[in-house]
Amino acid sequence: MSEHLLLRHREIPDLDQLDVYRANGGFKAFHKAVTTIKPVEVLNEVKASGLRGRGGAGFPTGIKWSFIPNNIWPHYVVANADESEPGTFKDREIIESNPYQFLEGLMLASYAVQAATSYIYLRGEFWYLAEKLDTCIAELEKAGLLGEELFGSEYSLKLHTHLGAGAYICGEETALLESLEGKLGMPRLRPPFPAVVGLYERPTVINNVETLTNVPLIIQNGSKWYRQFGTEQSPGVKIFSLSGCINKPGNYELPLGATFRELIYECGGGIPDGKKIKAVMTAGASSTLIEASEKMLDTPMDYESVQQELGAPLGSASVIILDDSVNMAWLADKTLHFFMHESCGKCTPCREGTYWMAQLSHRIMSGKAEPDDVDLLHSVASQIAGKPLCALGEFSVMAVISSIDKFRSDYDAYVRS
Amino acid sequence: VNNLYTAYREEIDQALAKYPADQKRSAVLPLLHMAQRKQGTISQQAIEDIAAILDLEATEVATIIGFYTLFHLEGGRYHIQVCTDLPCALRGAEEFLKQVCEYLGIGVGETTADGLFMVEEVKCLAACHRAPMFQLQGNGEITYHEEQTIDTFKLLVDSLRAQAGKEAGK
Repeated sequence: MSEHLLLRHREIPDLDQLDVYRANGGFKAFHKAVTTIKPVEVLNEVKASGLRGRGGAGFPTGIKWSFIPNNIWPHYVVANADESEPGTFKDREIIESNPYQFLEGLMLASYAVQAATSYIYLRGEFWYLAEKLDTCIAELEKAGLLGEELFGSEYSLKLHTHLGAGAYICGEETALLESLEGKLGMPRLRPPFPAVVGLYERPTVINNVETLTNVPLIIQNGSKWYRQFGTEQSPGVKIFSLSGCINKPGNYELPLGATFRELIYECGGGIPDGKKIKAVMTAGASSTLIEASEKMLDTPMDYESVQQELGAPLGSASVIILDDSVNMAWLADKTLHFFMHESCGKCTPCREGTYWMAQLSHRIMSGKAEPDDVDLLHSVASQIAGKPLCALGEFSVMAVISSIDKFRSDYDAYVRS
Repeated sequence: VNNLYTAYREEIDQALAKYPADQKRSAVLPLLHMAQRKQGTISQQAIEDIAAILDLEATEVATIIGFYTLFHLEGGRYHIQVCTDLPCALRGAEEFLKQVCEYLGIGVGETTADGLFMVEEVKCLAACHRAPMFQLQGNGEITYHEEQTIDTFKLLVDSLRAQAGKEAGK
């Protein structure tokens, strides 16, 4: 694609300055919405665009908004800027370089569900980004784009940043709400869903930063225009965070449905040191391993194709490339160490399960395991699957099960024969 | 007398104003961040002061400190936090961490004899494409250091040491 829709700062210098953003069409969508479009029409336009949540779940954004009931007030919108999945670094670039487009998206979402106060929850390490957003918010207030009775309408809006403090689990939306309420960041039992009982027990929309950054374009240009990008079921563009064994790691914005080949070889410049690609992960550490093949390289990267043709969720599109020097038992051990450390401890399958899987994996890696231990690891992982309270517990077994299923011989290198 | 509130009244009121009046508890992370920024670590006094401001028990505040990894009750002035998660490990982060420890003469989780540096192995920091990398937490700030080599690391550590030496000499 010649021009970016989300990473527009790559063509437009100083896009993080309000006057530059406005000179390039910024806040026209928000002004148009508040002065001439009914909230429900904004919601319907986003619904018609087919935009799906970019945080990983891929849930249709407009439908998520439509779950907000109109008999319980106030409503809240919370932007999820907790970006903590290993392999994911897209929201950071958006906030760093194109913060106003993200904020305009958050403001449009707030208007659509008539929230008067919205929050941006950032991971604690994004301290400097929170300061940056605070400055942006102050600029918006000064310019009359945020505040009371905007543009002479009855709509008022306040935005606040809120910093987490180092906990992967807070990217899970109900754990995020707990954390924002000043409690331990542990997931809530669902139902009720946040759309009905969310922040402070009020109806709440939670959207990922990248998801919201799409919204101004949809409102400004219409859902039909937006649908020219991507596929029927996965419309629009996506930022692919490319990392691992790759010549040019980084964020690449491509229409959904672009192939792995385009991303890995055209954008990423292929595999370094003359090595061969062995596998990819598409959802960071939470991925099911996908074996490299010609078929895989030609598979379109959209929510439906990756799932149907390769049996793995596209997730957050944090694509980690693994070359033929990477041992998958080592890789699974790495992800297990991560999940054991980040398990919040609320539910038993995840708290105990990640611990036992890590113990077994450690035994395998230290060369003390019998071949049966690999089967035992697989068995423990399979018994955890389907039982944790939240998706993050589910993610802890993905690399374990798929590495044993698809790369069993990598384990044989460690176990005693 | 609430020491923390007396000292930083304006900032604390600003933090509280972000949340509904009956949801003061929401300000617990912001106030802990503020206390740590001002004082380097979080003191028992700060815990009690924050609890009093938010109508919480001190134990509840302490529990929250324990749950989140960015808060420190003790430790060196600078926390060197190296990410060794999968994408960083694929780009040499484990070797880098080893070299960092060697240069400082300490192991992971330990503090240098002068009390200046503590090395920690941490989880993903959203900088996978620019590994090896670490964040430096200290002096009330968090800064990212990306595309690192042991040589760039030595330069930074040496300059922080020299700066600390100068301050001590004053």
